[in-house]
Amino acid sequence: MDKTQLLLAVSFGLFAIGLVGVIVRRNVLVMLMCMELMLNAVNLALVTFAQQGASAIGAVLVFLIFVVAASEIAIAIPIVLLLIRRGRTLDIGAYTALKG
Amino acid sequence: MGLLTLIVVLPLIGFLVNGLLGTRLAAAPLGKGVVTTVACGLPILSFLVAIKCFLDLLAGSGAPIVETAYVWTQVGQSHFDIAFYFDRLTAVMVLIVTGVGSLIHIYSTGYMKEDAGYGRYFAYLNLFLFFMLMLVLGRSLLVLFVGWEGVGLASYLLIGFWFEDPEKAAAGKKAFITNRIGDAGFLLGMFLLYFTFGTLDMDTINAAFLAGPAPAVSASLVGVLLFIGASGKSAQIPLHVWLPDAMAGPTPVSALIHAATMVTAGVYLVARMHGIYVHAPEASALIAGIGAATAFFAATIAVAQTDIKKVLAYSTLSQLGFMFVALGVGAYGVAVFHLYTHAFFKACLFLGAGSVIHALGGKQDIMHMGGLARRIPVTFVTFAIATAAIAGFPYMSGFFSKDEILWFAFASERGGSQFLYAVMAGTALLTSFYMFRLLWLTFLGTSRMDHETEHHVHESPLSMTAVLAVLAVLSAVGGFLPLPHFLEPVLPLAKAREELHAMEAPLMWAAVAVFAVGLAGAWLFFRANGALADRVAPPFAGLNRLLFNKYYIDELYDRVLGRPLVWISEHAFLGFGDRMVIDGSLNGLARLAQRSAGVLARVQTGNLQMYLLFVLIGSLACLAWGLRYV
Repeated sequence: MDKTQLLLAVSFGLFAIGLVGVIVRRNVLVMLMCMELMLNAVNLALVTFAQQGASAIGAVLVFLIFVVAASEIAIAIPIVLLLIRRGRTLDIGAYTALKG
Repeated sequence: MGLLTLIVVLPLIGFLVNGLLGTRLAAAPLGKGVVTTVACGLPILSFLVAIKCFLDLLAGSGAPIVETAYVWTQVGQSHFDIAFYFDRLTAVMVLIVTGVGSLIHIYSTGYMKEDAGYGRYFAYLNLFLFFMLMLVLGRSLLVLFVGWEGVGLASYLLIGFWFEDPEKAAAGKKAFITNRIGDAGFLLGMFLLYFTFGTLDMDTINAAFLAGPAPAVSASLVGVLLFIGASGKSAQIPLHVWLPDAMAGPTPVSALIHAATMVTAGVYLVARMHGIYVHAPEASALIAGIGAATAFFAATIAVAQTDIKKVLAYSTLSQLGFMFVALGVGAYGVAVFHLYTHAFFKACLFLGAGSVIHALGGKQDIMHMGGLARRIPVTFVTFAIATAAIAGFPYMSGFFSKDEILWFAFASERGGSQFLYAVMAGTALLTSFYMFRLLWLTFLGTSRMDHETEHHVHESPLSMTAVLAVLAVLSAVGGFLPLPHFLEPVLPLAKAREELHAMEAPLMWAAVAVFAVGLAGAWLFFRANGALADRVAPPFAGLNRLLFNKYYIDELYDRVLGRPLVWISEHAFLGFGDRMVIDGSLNGLARLAQRSAGVLARVQTGNLQMYLLFVLIGSLACLAWGLRYV
């Protein structure tokens, strides 16, 4: 197995862990962390593919994505905090306002 | 803008000003004066312009003045213009409409002085004049029809002027709906004419009919269809029921719209389209028959009515019947002559009745009047003159016009007969009788008013009495104008049968005798507060009840037409069509949506992770499908 394949496999594994985490874990903060995990898995796949083209564009893009991810989490954490202030719990099962 | 357009547009300006600002103006301190000036000034101006046009017409070669104001629409080769046509017939009509109209506007300033709807009233009145002038000036049937519908609208608005009273609002609706029945016939006639000639210009159509070979359309069919329209507007049997109810409107409105001008529109229409009727003996016979029946039956009803305005309303029906008889026997100019004299004396009678009602604070029952002659002398004198005119006192206007109608009913080559003459002479006798009965019960004898009413009796203000005086003078002397002769270039007169010419003088004496007998009968029965009439009445109670209830025609229509229609509407249209089909299908759809939503809503658990799982499954399914098929 060469390096590229290994990296892609790691990327897929990270994504799968993140996805399963978002679906099965009930703690809101853990779900958030799992989402970051999925993001980074995609990032990893991106740089892996970028390496093949031998250009720096992929690496630059990844840094831009980091910035975006940082600002995203800066928004997401306060939202979660507000949610907790309302519901007094981290359990996602308590928030079912969208129930039909 | 040409002069003819100006005649039409001036009242429209009055309507716009008073319609938009009238109510607010009338409430302002000096505003009432402005409303009055606009409302009366513009019709008078219109009258003056009409006189100018009339003089132009007389000075000219006799050719009609034609003026195209606006090309309404163009469809292929044919175009529909708003064009005005001014010949001798139009001139007479326009002068009556604007002249009598202006007088009644002036009268109304006194009559409606205290009414809260002062501005609105004059706006409607000006609107009526606008549409009426459109009707008589229009060159094509289409423009005439616009005016025709417009006067119907104005009539509806003015009958229901005091719409807080449901009965009055209903009277307005009745007039409107009854007229729609006639209009259906009128429209069919118009379609037929347009289909045949490709134009609706009345002069062209008349010329086509009068010029030799018969056009490819049955003149009688068109004639009958147009007459159905005319009989709706002019309240002839069987569409006469709306006119007596129309008396719910203010009295000057009854005088202007439901006596002098609008109801004569049907007469005008038939006279204007005489080219058709010259070729349609069947339609003419129908017109004469309906006219005679209306004249006679309305006159018998008038004998038994006790409401002052109802008597006059039935008298109007009867006189319109006279006009249609004249039209039916081919004496078109004579019909217009009677229209012209009728406009004066009937307007005077209605306005006189308005003055009486004004004096009595709204009371209309002649059984509770009497002895008013000394209390309101000007009203009495003018009313008496107009009564004499309608009854046919020698050398007053009604005498001339009615005598000519009787003569043509007797001797015309086109449908005159002894029978028709006998019916019309009988009607004339009844006319004289019920009019003098009205005069006696209202003004002579002794007072039968209650104390409260009697105390308040007062003569009307100058704005009203002056108009009464003018109309009384016109009623007295208006007949000296040889109108049928004047109109002969536009309206041909039927010839009288040669062998009957010797009868002309005896028939005139017969007319005088008829008048005298009616007068004597009224005097005999109704002097001294109707003492003799009361004494001989009991054996005739059934007849009296029949006449008082107008032959139960309203009840008959209600049974035969009204109730079945209500039943069908209730059960077929409302119950089945509306509630079951329309409401049912819509409610069914709504219920279906509701039920399926109930099932589908269970998917919406509100659980975020469940949603995510669905998204995941969905994406995977898409992916799998893509791999398999793309």
